Amino acid sequence: MEFSIDRENTDSQNSEVMLSLRGLRVSYGEREILHGINFDVMRGETLVILGGSGSGKSTLLRTLVGLEKPSSGEIWIKGKNIAAISQAEMDEIRRKIGMSFQGGALFGSMTVGENVALPLREHTKLEDSTIEIMLRLKLEQVGLEGFEYYMPSQLSGGMKKRAAVARALAMDPEILFFDEPSAGLDPIIAAGIDQLILELKKAFRMTIIVVTHELASAFLIADRMVLIDKGNVVAIGTVEEMRSSRQPRVRQFLDRVAEPEVARELDYLQMLTEDRRQRVD
Amino acid sequence: MLSQIGASVTNSLAYVGSLASLGGRAAFYTFVGPFRGKPLRLQRAIAQAMEVGVRALPILSLITFFIGLILALQAAYELRRFGAINLVATAVAVSMTRELGPLITAIVVIGRSGSAFAAEIGTMKVTEEIDALETMAISPIHFLVTPKFLAMIIMLPCLTIWANAMGIVGGSLFGVAQADFTWKRYLEASIDALFMRDITTGLIKSVMFGITITAVGCLEGLSTGAGAEEVGRSTTRAVVMSIFMVVVVDLIFTMMFFFASEH
Repeated sequence: MEFSIDRENTDSQNSEVMLSLRGLRVSYGEREILHGINFDVMRGETLVILGGSGSGKSTLLRTLVGLEKPSSGEIWIKGKNIAAISQAEMDEIRRKIGMSFQGGALFGSMTVGENVALPLREHTKLEDSTIEIMLRLKLEQVGLEGFEYYMPSQLSGGMKKRAAVARALAMDPEILFFDEPSAGLDPIIAAGIDQLILELKKAFRMTIIVVTHELASAFLIADRMVLIDKGNVVAIGTVEEMRSSRQPRVRQFLDRVAEPEVARELDYLQMLTEDRRQRVD
Repeated sequence: MLSQIGASVTNSLAYVGSLASLGGRAAFYTFVGPFRGKPLRLQRAIAQAMEVGVRALPILSLITFFIGLILALQAAYELRRFGAINLVATAVAVSMTRELGPLITAIVVIGRSGSAFAAEIGTMKVTEEIDALETMAISPIHFLVTPKFLAMIIMLPCLTIWANAMGIVGGSLFGVAQADFTWKRYLEASIDALFMRDITTGLIKSVMFGITITAVGCLEGLSTGAGAEEVGRSTTRAVVMSIFMVVVVDLIFTMMFFFASEH
């Protein structure tokens, strides 16, 4: 009986859309990077955005947190279309999201503790002593207790990422974004970061969106996956659906089939223009 | 050819526009923000003021001392032909306070701090720290530029006053050694030569230089592209552009003061 109630809870949780993309297009100058992306992210799920280098997955993430403006389309977060809201409203949304950057992006001139406390000091009127307790708590959650007085330059790559996660968690975000969480880490440390993401998911039922090209890590942490290729969504589905997919592009990515590298400049240009023509058609 | 000139004019105007926009936003956070619940970061501003101002004192003192000495030598070279070598104190005092004090101070500060602003913000841009600030809903202008802006507009006039004094001291060395002045008479002659207006025009210029240097340094930092070599490029551009912009601002204000004093 208890089990079924529990299930119902998760079901109702899963049915609530947290973030929704409609026809999202992003361009850098003349060049369009994303050609109309549509998908929904449910509350409490971990969505992994997979894609090769230059697929547009990082641009997608930057657009979701408001660092790039879409040229058209809608991004709905908490009932607001962030593609068309004021700076003040965007700042309001940003307090509900956390982002962990690829290299950590910790502020080099501040200690780890000051880094984690920064959003709290900026956006809340909490007492210093309260902030002190909260930052210890956040550091404990990521396994960095006792490191608040270290400078970021004194930390290893994995610890920097953990500290960055602690900072992203500072405001108790509803959505947590990760850009390449295992980039530049050895497999053991990277597995540690995967574990951390799983723990956060279990402990807080947070909505987590991860951009990565690491297949092992993706299959471990994801509830659902989106495969992006050349600025389009190629496939979206649960881990099992992806694994059993027969779609050639998905198979190629998951089975790591090498693609003949474009060697000559002309071929490369042709590839780009063909791409564009297909899009126009 | 014409279209090239047109393009470079548009680019320059766009650049000045972005400088004005950045300077305007920094000024907003400095003067209006505190009344709208966005408190000034005094601690950061004080740290910046130490770096921009106090730490520049030794090198600035030495340079302006020498400049004062050079000015005295150059002025005496002409003046002694008319037997007017006793005017050397006037020449040094006026050209130091009206022109060279503010300008040399600005150039020293560009070398020390304008370049450092560009390098610091440029590095933060490359390591995604600027992006991190934005995703935390913290304005990089408010957080990074405003303290520098505040430090500059306070410290540059202070440094300029100090530079003026050191220049006069440098001139007095020549005056006493070669022009039959005593220390006391040289000082009195300098003070007599100066009108309040000379000092204030120099100080107004130095405030404008401070705004210019901050805006150029921070703008170059914020427009840094990807990669470490881009930081070097922004730093170089910050120094070159700051010197150029400071000279332009100097010209504009010198002309304004010149025509204003006619009436």
